[in-house]
Amino acid sequence: MLKLTNVTKQFGNHTAVNNLSLEIPESEMFGFLGGNGAGKTTTFRMILGLLDKTAGDITWQGGSISYNESHLIGYLPEERGLYPKLTVKEQIIYLGRLRGMQKQDILKKLDEWLDRFKVPEYLDKKVQELSKGNQQKIQFISAVIHEPKLLILDEPFSGLDPVNVEMLKDAVKDLKNQGTSIVFSSHQMEHVEEMCQHICILQKGTPVVHGSLREIKQSFGKKNLDIRGDFSMEFLKDHRGVASYKELPDGCALQIENEQVAQEIFSELHGKGFVRKFEIEEPSLNDIFIAKVGASYE
Amino acid sequence: MSKFWTIVSHTYFSRVKSKSFIITTAITLAIIIGLANLPSIIDMFSGDEDSSEQVLVIDDSERYSAYLAEDGLSQGTGVAYEFFEGTEEEAKDAVVNEEYDGLLVITTDENNLPEGEYYANRITESGEQIQIEQTLQQLKVIVGTQEAGIDQQTLDTIYAPVTLQTEQLDDSARTAEEMNQSRGLVYVMLFVLYMTVLVYGQMIATDVATEKSSRVMELLISSAPPITHMFAKIVGIAFLGLTQVIVLLGGGYFAIQANQGTMAGEFFEVMGLTNNDPVIYIYAVVFFLLGYFLYATLAAMLGSLVSRIEDVNQLVMPMVMLIVIAFILAVTGLSMPESTMITVTSYIPFFAPMIMFLRIGMLNIPIWEIGLSIGILVLTIVLFAALAARVYKGGVLMYGKSGSLKDLKRAINLSKKE
Repeated sequence: MLKLTNVTKQFGNHTAVNNLSLEIPESEMFGFLGGNGAGKTTTFRMILGLLDKTAGDITWQGGSISYNESHLIGYLPEERGLYPKLTVKEQIIYLGRLRGMQKQDILKKLDEWLDRFKVPEYLDKKVQELSKGNQQKIQFISAVIHEPKLLILDEPFSGLDPVNVEMLKDAVKDLKNQGTSIVFSSHQMEHVEEMCQHICILQKGTPVVHGSLREIKQSFGKKNLDIRGDFSMEFLKDHRGVASYKELPDGCALQIENEQVAQEIFSELHGKGFVRKFEIEEPSLNDIFIAKVGASYE
Repeated sequence: MSKFWTIVSHTYFSRVKSKSFIITTAITLAIIIGLANLPSIIDMFSGDEDSSEQVLVIDDSERYSAYLAEDGLSQGTGVAYEFFEGTEEEAKDAVVNEEYDGLLVITTDENNLPEGEYYANRITESGEQIQIEQTLQQLKVIVGTQEAGIDQQTLDTIYAPVTLQTEQLDDSARTAEEMNQSRGLVYVMLFVLYMTVLVYGQMIATDVATEKSSRVMELLISSAPPITHMFAKIVGIAFLGLTQVIVLLGGGYFAIQANQGTMAGEFFEVMGLTNNDPVIYIYAVVFFLLGYFLYATLAAMLGSLVSRIEDVNQLVMPMVMLIVIAFILAVTGLSMPESTMITVTSYIPFFAPMIMFLRIGMLNIPIWEIGLSIGILVLTIVLFAALAARVYKGGVLMYGKSGSLKDLKRAINLSKKE
């Protein structure tokens, strides 16, 4: 259990993280969302002890995190970095040994991981010769080779093609099933939605949404309504209970307060023309994010 | 601790195995061996000429020939005289045809003393005429004294060097002999420390900046504390320096030994590397290490402030200036070790390693002064290490526009709680 209690970080007058409290259970995947500069990386750096917190408390399994626990912790920084002139093998051996591993174990694990990522031929290649996506795989291996109990992934999937994203996702899921607590941040809502049970949305350092994904969706209340038909639906814009209206070429996408509103709209549509589609959807995390953070975000 | 050594060995081996290190060392070694063999190399190129000049002598009076004969006055001057029976014109022709290097015509002047005329194809400033002039001078003295009726023994007594006994009344002062002996050692130590700081200080700063610019640093300091990382780096580079110095000095030593067995002893004696008080070697090592750690900490700190390797040079400038000033002060101080400036600067941290050692070598100074200087140095290193660790911790996470010492403050702010 990773527990953050009232954590605050200030850089001069700027508050990067404001009174953040979180609980991340064992063997869970925790999603960290937020725009650029929202304080995700700062939070991770505080968890790892790279930055001192201004106030608050961070504990893991009841104790504070120090360098004595570094062999239990894995970290994939947002800014990827490896030694460009070292081979993959030299690189991982060095980083693995810094995490307290023995050379033989490192080599064995490294072979397994390279096989898993279908790149065994990279063992003796220099990192600067690899493509960016492949460097990222090596970076990922360096974060997980010592089988950490706590894994922090800062934007793990950015810059990867869909095939590699799936490959990495599977690896992350396997680690979770083996009992690793994983915290990861992402810009891509669908990844978080797919993989995380608990999430936290940060806005300018302040947590605006925090809890289990299911509960968040339920308590959000609003639902999406998708209507397609052959007539103008502009009159729905000002309908009671419609939170937002977005015109589509062949209909509209609405956000409504509750299901009751949908029923009212359904009866009003009667007689206006042919309705091809009328569907109520659960809100996506993207909708929640936009509603909470208040800015469009890809 | 094991992480410390992991970083030390990584720093060491990744450098030792690098092509640039091997090539630099090899080239430097080649230059050193070349210098050690310089005399034989010069001999080799000039070996095909006969080293002694062949000079024809026309001595019509035949009074002087005996003195100029093979084992007479000409011995050791590098000029061999050959008596010519023919005319002056024939002799000149022989010189023009390069059969001989020159022609010396000795005549007797009105005082019945020898004088000469010298003919050669080329008369140069440092040519053989200087030797010939000296030989003629000696010849003149011998002939002149004989004319005056002074015998050879009296002459020898007059020319014997005068004796001047010197004795120092202040026991604490070093004798000139002692000072000359340690001057060589002091000079070697100053030079080695100077080169070490320039070469390896730069290397530390570059290494830190490389890890930072390749962004691997964040990963490293999430595995090991920044201060461990910094000192492991400093120690790793120190071992690297040691390796290089051993290779170079060892190579140089064997080159001198193998080249001219007899010269080696003389060489080390001239450099003052023999017959020193063993304590001074211990001081040399102590002050060298203190100097290295002080400057290395500074270098690591400065290296942690830059985001791009290109900026390293700009930022290590202050460090380079300090060591250059220290070196100039020290070299000046070699000739006046008792000046106030030298005494004062031997307590100023960045100058102390060189200048205090210079004073130890050149003067007899009380142990408490040495202790005080070492104390100041150790304290400065501890303070600097603490500061550097703070800067390092913040600095390695700091990216963006950089290259000035203002970043020092930003880095400290980044690493502290507010």
